Amino acid sequence: MMFVRDALLVAGKDLRIERRSRVALQQILPFGGIVIVMFAFALDADRTSLPSAAPGLFWAAVLLAALLAIGRSFTVEEANGARDGLRLSGLDGGSIFAGKAAAIAVELFLLEVVLGVAVVVLYGVALHGAVVLVCAAVAATIGLAATGTVYGVLATGLRARDTLVPLLVLPAVTPVMLGATRAFAAALEGSTSEAWQWVQLLAAFSLLAVAAGVMAFGPLLEES
Amino acid sequence: MTLVRKYAFGAAVLVALAVTAVLALFVSPDDAVQGDAVRLLYLHVPSAWIAYLAFFVTAVASVLWLVPRTRRPTWDLLAGASAEVGVIFTGLTLALGSLWGRPVWGTWWEWDARLTTTAIMFFLYLGYVALRRTGATADERGKRCAIAALIAFADVPIVHFSVNWWQTLHQTGTVFNEELNPTIHGSMAFTLVFGVGAFTLLYGYLVLRRLRIAELEEGLEEREVERAIAERLRAEQVVPA
Repeated sequence: MMFVRDALLVAGKDLRIERRSRVALQQILPFGGIVIVMFAFALDADRTSLPSAAPGLFWAAVLLAALLAIGRSFTVEEANGARDGLRLSGLDGGSIFAGKAAAIAVELFLLEVVLGVAVVVLYGVALHGAVVLVCAAVAATIGLAATGTVYGVLATGLRARDTLVPLLVLPAVTPVMLGATRAFAAALEGSTSEAWQWVQLLAAFSLLAVAAGVMAFGPLLEES
Repeated sequence: MTLVRKYAFGAAVLVALAVTAVLALFVSPDDAVQGDAVRLLYLHVPSAWIAYLAFFVTAVASVLWLVPRTRRPTWDLLAGASAEVGVIFTGLTLALGSLWGRPVWGTWWEWDARLTTTAIMFFLYLGYVALRRTGATADERGKRCAIAALIAFADVPIVHFSVNWWQTLHQTGTVFNEELNPTIHGSMAFTLVFGVGAFTLLYGYLVLRRLRIAELEEGLEEREVERAIAERLRAEQVVPA
């Protein structure tokens, strides 16, 4: 119980910072939007190829925006000795991890809703299988946020953090990119049972990522 | 005598590699289907073996560093040295495989599970090597890098599993079919096994040299800090010159 309460405390703090500073709303979200537009230019706004490539493009845009959200989540801990505050707060490392990852996940969900609408409108995608789409998005986002949070704290305080985190995160979340893209593609094509198989993979990855984060975060936070 | 001891390992590696080259180029026969292109096998397979061996050693060294009872600075340096060698050989494996694929499969690259996983592994460990070079102190670096190495090591099978699944669900009939995989026997098998042995020696040699350099670098840093402190003390007139 303490674990959940502490995690909610940390997540609430991070989300409150985002609500007040509006960096997520005014920078990360528009960034995701422009990436969606750029992909249309890359494929020559072709009405036949855009819908078929839409799941992959959507998740690539989410992944790129997620890198910004991860970076942001650890930038806010840098000013005013906030990291020392966290370390001295007496909160368990695992719950700090869960809180920070949850805050990133919530931001990414909102981003996915907006980008999803953009993809439907701009790429001319017909929506099918809403339930499996939402489940896939939830499982993928948790895995993404958890992996990103682990690497975020891993690179905390290093001088090349901003450039290092994307290089570390992207190869590690290959299963998320692959699974989420295939789940979305299968769902949109109407093969729901295949989509559910991918949701299982995404859920398994997310579980592993969360477990790794809960174990590793405490020692890493002490160190940085 | 010391000269012999100093160069014996390196010389043995050179001889082993030279024998491998002779076996691969002249002794082993060419393939019925692939012709001379099959000789790339003797470079490609040992390189891939070294890549996996190197990352395994990195993971083991990282665990040894993380367990307080076995923690030594050497484990951290060994993990780094082995990962660097592993990255080089992963790159070599990919490049050689690509060169081999062109004449044999008619394509430079195939999104096969094994190839894709190896490419992702290459990037995972490039990230790890980059993390090692971000100028934290030795103690800080140890824990971060050990955990990063273990995450990367655990991620490779997961990536392989998901890519494999992607293949079975979506793509059928890749160029990796059984007819093109030559059955190996006789002098080809011997050459391959010898090559793996020679490359393992090379790996050991490279890692030991890299480890030695890393240890010297650490020592150099310590000595420079000591020198700077001594200079400062002299400047402050605490210690007479």
